Amino acid sequence: MSDLLALLMSYETLRVIWWLFLGVLLIGFAVMDGFDLGIGALLPVIARTDDERRVLINTIGPTWEGNQVWFVLGGGAIFAAFPLIYAAAFSGFFVALILVLFALILRPVGFDYRSKLPDPRWRSTWDWCLFVGGFVPALVFGVAFGNLLQGVPLRFDAEMRVFYDGNFFGLLNPFALVCGVVSLAMLAMHGAVFLQLKTVGELHARARRWQGIAALVYASAFAVAGLWLVLGIDGYRLVSFAGSEGASNPLAKTAVREAGAWLANYRAAPLLWLIPALGFAGAALAWRLGPRRPGWAFVASAVSVGATILTAAVAMFPFMLPSSIAPSHSLTVWDSTSSLLTLRWMFCMTVLFLPLIILYTSWVFRVMRGPVTLDDVRGSDAHY
Amino acid sequence: MISDTLVDLSRLQFAATALYHFLFVPLTLGLSFLLAIMESVYVMTGNPVYKEMTKFWGKLFGINFALGVATGITMEFQFGTNWSYYSHYVGDIFGTPLAIEGLMAFFLESTFVGLFFFGWERLSKVKHLMVTWLVALGSNFSALWILVANGWMQYPVGAEFNPETLRMELTSFAEVFFSPVAQVKFVHTVSAGYTTGACFVLGISAWYLLHGRHIAFAQRSFAIAAAFGLASVLSVITLGDESGYELGHVQKVKLAAIEGMWETHPPPAPFTVIGFIDQDNMRTNHAIEVPWMMGLIATRSLTEPVTGLKDLSAEHERRIRNGMHAYAALQQVRANPADAAAKARLKELSDDLGYGLLLKRHAPNVVDATEAQIALAVRDALPPVKPLFWAFRIMVGAGFFMLVVFVLALVSSSRRAIMRQRWLLKLAVVAIPMPWIASEMGWLVAELGRQPWTVAEVLPTWMSVSSLSVGDLVFSLCGFVLLYTALLVVELYLMLKFARKGPADVPGHPAAQASAPSIA
Repeated sequence: MSDLLALLMSYETLRVIWWLFLGVLLIGFAVMDGFDLGIGALLPVIARTDDERRVLINTIGPTWEGNQVWFVLGGGAIFAAFPLIYAAAFSGFFVALILVLFALILRPVGFDYRSKLPDPRWRSTWDWCLFVGGFVPALVFGVAFGNLLQGVPLRFDAEMRVFYDGNFFGLLNPFALVCGVVSLAMLAMHGAVFLQLKTVGELHARARRWQGIAALVYASAFAVAGLWLVLGIDGYRLVSFAGSEGASNPLAKTAVREAGAWLANYRAAPLLWLIPALGFAGAALAWRLGPRRPGWAFVASAVSVGATILTAAVAMFPFMLPSSIAPSHSLTVWDSTSSLLTLRWMFCMTVLFLPLIILYTSWVFRVMRGPVTLDDVRGSDAHY
Repeated sequence: MISDTLVDLSRLQFAATALYHFLFVPLTLGLSFLLAIMESVYVMTGNPVYKEMTKFWGKLFGINFALGVATGITMEFQFGTNWSYYSHYVGDIFGTPLAIEGLMAFFLESTFVGLFFFGWERLSKVKHLMVTWLVALGSNFSALWILVANGWMQYPVGAEFNPETLRMELTSFAEVFFSPVAQVKFVHTVSAGYTTGACFVLGISAWYLLHGRHIAFAQRSFAIAAAFGLASVLSVITLGDESGYELGHVQKVKLAAIEGMWETHPPPAPFTVIGFIDQDNMRTNHAIEVPWMMGLIATRSLTEPVTGLKDLSAEHERRIRNGMHAYAALQQVRANPADAAAKARLKELSDDLGYGLLLKRHAPNVVDATEAQIALAVRDALPPVKPLFWAFRIMVGAGFFMLVVFVLALVSSSRRAIMRQRWLLKLAVVAIPMPWIASEMGWLVAELGRQPWTVAEVLPTWMSVSSLSVGDLVFSLCGFVLLYTALLVVELYLMLKFARKGPADVPGHPAAQASAPSIA
């Protein structure tokens, strides 16, 4: 028992656990806030009148705020568990992240202020804000992943100050843009599936149509990105490092950039190929289940979202933030974590609070279950 | 390399975004509690006027909450975007309370705030009340963890420098959490939030009473706000005094700067009420002093001295010279990790390593700093005294002004004399901005008083920034200021519009009903 505890609480295990936790938080964000973002991006095409837009906004109105915390918590958890990645990634992607923040800042205000005044110009301004607040982050997160897979031009000096030798426009390369399309289409699909749970009639039919379009775009873009990654994107490989229990100093290792290195994990454990397969299968299943069992369709679509993110994460493991200009300065799960003590504290806190969060979030969704109709938004003041 | 312009712009951006964020946070803290109190009264008495109060003040709460969340998102990521060396150097400690804030508090608050607005028709009375309390609890826990993080920046305990990773690492989570600075700051800050909520409700209710509108509603709101406000403002002032006592022990420089105290007085030291600060010549002109008072506040004794800035500067010089040796030892350890003697010396001197880093701005290699460069670093080691001196006095003045308003309001409303005392109602309206002035000044005192450090005596602000270009900063700073200002204008417009409309005109809300008292 105490051996098991010692193993569980060892630096190596905790590092892997924290890699998994980060995945859980990221997937939690993509699954929970992903449909809010997707619905924001679909707002102009699915809802045509003011009342229809109010229905769409109210399908997520009571819960989006809690969902967004997955993103904030993701930021906090990277800070606490992977401070080097928090420091390097966010300052490296500076302009992109600031743009995402601008877009996300528009969301709370859009939701809360939009329906407070009847003026059509006022409302359409906020509708555009909600669209930008959904579309931009959904696209940029994919673009960011596309750049992670290629490696980013970062390096450290001897005092561990991080430098980034690229610019914003360098992020907008073709491969990254394909990844951006993957994530945008994926979240739009996820949003359209959620809408089918929460709407009736004409809106429901339009959501169904857009689920199909988004799923097709997602599947094609995911396939293109996958093939491109296999054929044309160099991966990174650890040559030597201080060991999985070593101090968190990324300069104490050597790594190289190498064709095919991102497939190494898949070759070593071919079962992992199930993960990308689940991405496609989830999307297809969500389409089939959509009309009859929207609840299960949502689960299938969530699986697709999670599998897509995992596909990239598993390819890169143990790399988390590879450096294209100095591969040995890349950040990996073995050399960019917090100290053992911090990982332990954060582990205990997460194990304590994450189940609670899931419990009360489920309760809130249960209370707010059932579709939102046009009559609801016209008749009640408990709506935006 | 790091330029002074980059550092100044980064600081300006942080100050701007934090000060904007802090316009909304105190009201969220205070109003959420007031809503919970009002709704509790509703559930206990069944009197629908209290439900109407909860809904109406809840509407204003929502308008404010949206911007609190919007400006808060930036804060969670800004350490990484703009303060990447800071994030690397102290993330091992500082990131933890931030992440726990998300896990324990922000999730709770945000998940239930939607249900507060949308759940009236779907939840039983008691369940809805529980939701409201959870929102209040969440926002208060949130403040707790943020102030644990901030308290650590002011007084970094429970951590030590690790030469292998070149950063500070956690040694005791309990010390970080139970840090006296963090705990005092927490209670001081949430009390300031309660005061803000109370002042807001008191002022708007007074405005209705002045205009003869929503009398029953406004009188009840006024009474609750007066009682809650008096308790809160007393707590703010007491805890403010308590932080003065803490400062006397752990942040001597901040205390002396707030007081414009250059010389160490024979105890008990006097308190300077007003004076004109001359930092270049290290003196305060035309000072009006109250004898003994400073000594009593800072040491609670008549015999302990309060150290002045000149003596503290001499202490800084000694520690900067020590810091040079610490930095030299660090370089030796890094060149040869097996060098036990250098390791031992680094450990012995590691408390002064931060002071060595103060030299980086003037002498990049630290160890070869000239006497002139050391003198510059000694000058840097003091915060800007004049703004601290005045910000503190404005904060305290606003605090005592509110104390007077709340005392008068409580006496008046308990004697049921409020409708006759129009001057008091006017005073309550005028007092609405006071808590915001006090909070913003309080932020300045706390954070400007910590300069030149991001983490006191550990990491200089100058070193903490990201390696960005000035162009990056111009883009982000202008973007934030424009966006936030536009949103603030919209928020104030909506706030005024809905406050003017009053409870009866909130869409869908029944007009102030003749409330049949029900016996529960």
